[in-house]
This record gives sequence, C-alpha cells and structure tokens, in this order.
Amino acid sequence: MSKPIVATTSLAGCFGCHMSILDIDERILQLIELVDFNKSPVDDIKEFTEMCDIGLIEGGCCNSENVHVLKDFRKNCKILVSVGECAIMGGLPALRNNIPIRECLEEAYLNGPSTKDANPDRIMPNNEELPIILDKVYPCHEIVKIDYYLPGCPPRADLIWNALVALVTGDELKLPYEVVKFD
Amino acid sequence: MNSQVQNAVEKFGKDASRLMDIFHEISHEKGFVNDDDLKQIATEVGLSKVDAEQTLSFYHFYSKKPMGKYTIYLNDSLVAQMMGRAEIADAFEKATGTKFGSVSQDGLFGLYNTSCIGMNDQEPAAIINGVIFPKITTYRVRELIREFRTGKTATEMINSFGGGQNQSSRIQAMVTNNLNRRGAVIFADYNSGEALKKIKTMDPREIIDEVKNSNLRGRGGAGFPTGLKWDFCTKSPSNERYLLCNADEGEPGTFKDRVILTEIPDLLFEGMVIAGYAINAKEGILYLRLEYHYLKNHLETVLTTMRKNGLLGENACGIDGFNYDIRIQFGAGAYICGEESALIESCEGKRGEPRNRPPFPVQVGYLNKPTVVNNVETLCSVVKIVMNGAEWYKSMGTKETSGTKLLSISGDIRYPGIFEIEWGMTIKEMLEMAGAINPKAVQVGGPSGRLIAENEFTRTICYEDLPTGGAMIVIGQQRNILDVAKNFTEFFIEESCGSCAPCRYLTVILRNKLQKIMDGKGVLKDLDELETWGKQMKKANRCGLGQTAANPILTSLENFRHDYISRIEKGKEFDTKFNLEAAIQESSRVVGRFPQV
Repeated sequence: MSKPIVATTSLAGCFGCHMSILDIDERILQLIELVDFNKSPVDDIKEFTEMCDIGLIEGGCCNSENVHVLKDFRKNCKILVSVGECAIMGGLPALRNNIPIRECLEEAYLNGPSTKDANPDRIMPNNEELPIILDKVYPCHEIVKIDYYLPGCPPRADLIWNALVALVTGDELKLPYEVVKFD
Repeated sequence: MNSQVQNAVEKFGKDASRLMDIFHEISHEKGFVNDDDLKQIATEVGLSKVDAEQTLSFYHFYSKKPMGKYTIYLNDSLVAQMMGRAEIADAFEKATGTKFGSVSQDGLFGLYNTSCIGMNDQEPAAIINGVIFPKITTYRVRELIREFRTGKTATEMINSFGGGQNQSSRIQAMVTNNLNRRGAVIFADYNSGEALKKIKTMDPREIIDEVKNSNLRGRGGAGFPTGLKWDFCTKSPSNERYLLCNADEGEPGTFKDRVILTEIPDLLFEGMVIAGYAINAKEGILYLRLEYHYLKNHLETVLTTMRKNGLLGENACGIDGFNYDIRIQFGAGAYICGEESALIESCEGKRGEPRNRPPFPVQVGYLNKPTVVNNVETLCSVVKIVMNGAEWYKSMGTKETSGTKLLSISGDIRYPGIFEIEWGMTIKEMLEMAGAINPKAVQVGGPSGRLIAENEFTRTICYEDLPTGGAMIVIGQQRNILDVAKNFTEFFIEESCGSCAPCRYLTVILRNKLQKIMDGKGVLKDLDELETWGKQMKKANRCGLGQTAANPILTSLENFRHDYISRIEKGKEFDTKFNLEAAIQESSRVVGRFPQV
C-alpha cells in the first residue's frame, strides 16, 4: 500500500507552526518513512499533483489568495487540520479586525512613521497581480470545513507529531496535559 | 487640585479600598471622573493612576467623559424588548437627535443601553439621572425630552408615586411594588425589632444551630446551606469577620430585593444584625446595585433609627461586647458583582473580577478576613427562623427545600410582580397564578438558568427538581425562541468581566453563529457546533457567569430544537456562507481597484 500523502501551507501565519513541525527532530526520519509530501513549503512543490490524505493549514485568511489556497486545499485533501492559533482563531493578524480597513491601509502606506515621508504620491499598492486584503482576518473554519484543530502558538512538535501519527495509523490520539498546556 | 475630589477622598479616609465610594461621590455630583481627577485620587489614596483607572473603567455607570446633562439609560433586557422597547428607543433617538451609545451635540442628552435594571414587571423602563421611569411610552418620551429642554430636572418629571413605601417622602418613586402574593415568611406580618430582643437571650452558637436545623439555603440561586456557611466562617481563625449582604440582583428577570428593600428594609437589617451576631462580625455591608440608588435615603433613615434605638453601634441590641454597624456600598452596574467573590473585590475598590477558589470567602474574604456573603432574601428568612424556630420553617416547602421563595415573575402574563410561594409549586400552578397568556416557554432562574418547554411544566420548583433564584420569565407562543437566546447571550457578552478567554470570545462566536442561523444561512453543522462549543463553557471558565453563559443557547437548543431546525438550510451538512466578493469590497474601494475575485 502506498504511503499517505501530506500537504501543508502557511496562510496568514508566521511559519512558526512549520518550524514547530521541524521541531520533531530525529523523528523526521520516521516521518518520511510514514508519509509522502505533496504541495508544501517543506519540499517546495507549488501545485497539487495528486489527491492528498491530510492537509495541514497554518494561519488564517487575511487576503483573497489565502482564500483561494485554502479552498484548493479543501478540494485536494481528504482531511484538513487547522494548525495553531492563527488558523483556529485568526491569531495576531486578527488584531486588526476591530480597525476599519481604510485606517489600516492608510497607516501602513500613507501615515505610518516609515512611509509618511517616503510616499509623496500617496500610493497604495494596487497591482492586479497582488492579492487583495479581506475586510477582516478569518479563521479557516469560517471559510471551509475543517476536520481537526491543533491548538497552540505554535502547537508543540509533540502535539503535531502525535496527531499526524494518530491520523495515519488510525490509533487513538494521545493528548497528555503537557502537550496542550500553554501557561 | 480639585476641592470636590479632595473632599471625596477625605470623606472616605484616603482609603484605597473605598475607591468605589470616592468614584460614586464625584460621579454623582458631576457625572464623570476625568484623568485629572483620577491622578489626584490615585496620589491621595496611594495607588498608581492605572490602578485607579482600571477600577473606574470596569463599571458601566462610571465614565471618564461627560455622559450628557441628562444621562438616559434604557433597559435592554428581554422583557423590555417584549414590551416594546424598540419603539421607545426609536422615540428617544428621534427626540434627542442622537444615537444610542453617544451624547447629543449640545451635550444635553446621553443615550445608553443598560442591562436589566430590576423593573421587569413594569417595562419598558429607563433610568434618567438616577430617577426610574417605568412603563414609559413614546408619548412620555417626547414629553420628557421637551421638558428637559426647558431645564426641568428628572426629579421634577416624577408625576405619580407607586404604591406602598414608594409613596413615602423618603422614596417618592414612580416604581410600583406589584407585591401580588404575600407568604408566610418574608412578607408575613411582623413587629419590627422583636427578633433583636430575642437574640439577647441567645448564644451565637444557638442561632447558627437553629439556622442549620431549618435547612435554609441561600436564596440567590446557588442554594448553599446558610447555617453551614456561617459555621465555616466562625471556624476560620481570625480577629475580624464581615457580613456582606448581596443586593446586587443583576440576574435579568429578578426584582424581589427591590420590593424587600422598599417595603421591609428593617427586616433585612435585622437579619444582617442577627447574622453579624452569629458569626461575630465587625461590620455588615449592604452591597446595593446603583440602579436602586433611589432607595438610598429610605435605607439610610432606617439605619439611623436603628442606631438611635441602640440596635447598631457599640453594644448593639444591648449585647455586651457586640460592636456592630451596617453601611451601604453601592455597585456601579456590573452583573458579575453579584458573584460573591467579585462582590468582595468590588467592595474593596477593585474591578469586580471573581477570585480563584479555594480559599473560599468564609476563609479569606473582604479585606482578606473570613466573610459571609448572603442574599437579601436569605437574611430576611433568618429573622423569621429565629422568631418561630426551625421546625416551623421546615413545616413549609418540600422535604429537602424548606420555607418559602419569592418569585419575580414577568413576561407574557397578566399579573407581573412578586409572589411568595411555598417551595414545591409546579410550573403549571405558577403559570396559572401569574395569569400566563399562551405560554410557550419559561425561563427559570434568568439567563443563567434553564429555558423550559411545556413538557416540563409539571416540574416542581425546589432544589430536588427545579432550583431557582426566583426569576421567572414567561414567554408566549408568539415569541421567537432564537430572539430569546440571542438577547440573553448578548447580555453575557456585555457583562463578562473578560478574565477567562472562553467567556470573553466564545460568547461572541456563539452569538454570531446564532445570528447566522437567524439569517437563514445556518446548516446542520452549526447546531452541532453550538452544542459542542457551548458545553465547553462549563469546564473552561472560572465563575458562574462564564460557566452558564451558554445556557440560553444550550437549553433552547435542547428544548426547542425544532425552532432551530426550521430555520436552517435543508439537505446541507456544511456551509460557512463565506462571501469573498463582500469581504474584499471595502479594501477594493480604498485602494481604488475594480473587484477581481
């Protein structure tokens, strides 16, 4: 039987959750025995080439591209997992959710200390190549169906590892207090 | 240096634990406490400015900026809405030319929503500069605003007095009592002061035993055995103890304490003296919600009389060595302060955030001393138990729940008001008693309680079956159950102290999901999520508010699932209804781009 296929992506995240995946240390050798990777920053495959079993999503959706990628993942993965605070709740990027979008953009491109003298033409980036930002940052489950959630900022390597192994082997997920406590 | 602030600070002995009183004093005079005042207060009482400010900012009725010469708080409770609040709110906005949550441009009128003000039997009701305006009509709104514009005060607009003591010169409020049924305990005939003569001959131990034997349980809702609480308190080693009376009654739908405080405050204060004597307390504090400020003179007069008669003060009631007095502490519009440890924090001049337990208040309470916190009704019951004995008290009620209970009944009924019943009445009997009109559901115990449907109307009001703090809201057939759940959930969003994360944001998420269903965009999965997520609240929050904040959704989902099902999309398991086009509208506009999804 062929190995289960995993895809991963970082949307509006900081790649910290991907770093945490790499924190499984020497177990990475077991990991490549256990699964194959498809679209993922880990192997730099840019587009899906086949149907995947598990998709790990880091980050919420802050722009239109995030939404497209997330929907693409939903289409190409049997199981989707929200990994980390940003994917689950929006996380730090969602701090802007209470600020009107105009204020955010003006602060970033027109009035901020680093831009106010450097942008005399008062230009806001507006190339159609660029994704356009959403009215607020959305957690992934408010866009598509998410099957599982791994909490943490980032979730501990042990948690990600245990969850992945449980998904692949079908064994029960072990969740000792140490891997889900945050204080 | 502001002399008004200085006077306030000095009046309360520059004591940081009296911060609430200092704020109240200044606020009452000029309507707000600004940065300069805060700085001055903080310096004088020995706090940092942010420490003082965090207390101020916690409370709904305190503000740093002017709230309008006429500050209008319109009740936003469920029953207010049922009784036509929307029309009244509209009339206020039109007449004043300002929106809710803001002050009119001329600074004359401030319009604000407020949580239940304890007038559910006479809604819609508003508080304007401390004066209660019950059963307000659109005509009355226009009249009030017109007269205010000519300079009349809120007090001058009082055009009638309610019944009973509301008529007395010490109150003169438009509030009515609606005391529809007197029972054998709280509202039975009584000669004021008799019990205080009797305790002279009693040992504190005897009193505690008598209360223990009576099986009296706390009337606030949690139902902890009162005698046991007192016992625990006396067993905590300390040279100082305190007795706090919880008159915060913030649970939407309850208004029994209002009527007790209006009609029989002497009975309550007697109860506070007896409890104080039993636990050997140094002081009794009545923690009173600011909504009932109009009762202040009335209550202070009773206390003054008691002092004159030697029932308070040194050797109170003629008992050697029993030095005991009672003071009134005002809250400032925070439901959470009805939770006993939050109430204690508030009494100490802090934010009303619940404490971690253990230690319990009976061990470490007010000013870190052993403290008993009792409900108004509990303390009134104590007086009668001391007078008539535990056996008499146990002869009423059910096997495990003795005595009587005050029910505050409101909603779609003919006779909204207070009913003193013996425990053991069924909901059906209660509905008949209150003249329910086509009842569809009853909210038992306020938003933190249970929403029950007709199949549970045979249940009995008592701790063995259906416990309650006494708030009963009857909801008629014509009402939408989801509106009920939404109003209550929004109440919890407003009143959460914000300390525990799930209470702070899961309440909002649940409300949004409910709204999605109400908008006809819900799917089956949403119901599952409401349920599974709602259940987390019980485990993940520190105090009763957070633990019960999902109850309106959970119990309505349990008992009125059909009302939810009929609103969701059929044949669809899952749909977030996320609309990308709508989500990029605003930023497309800002950067001047034609939307391209």
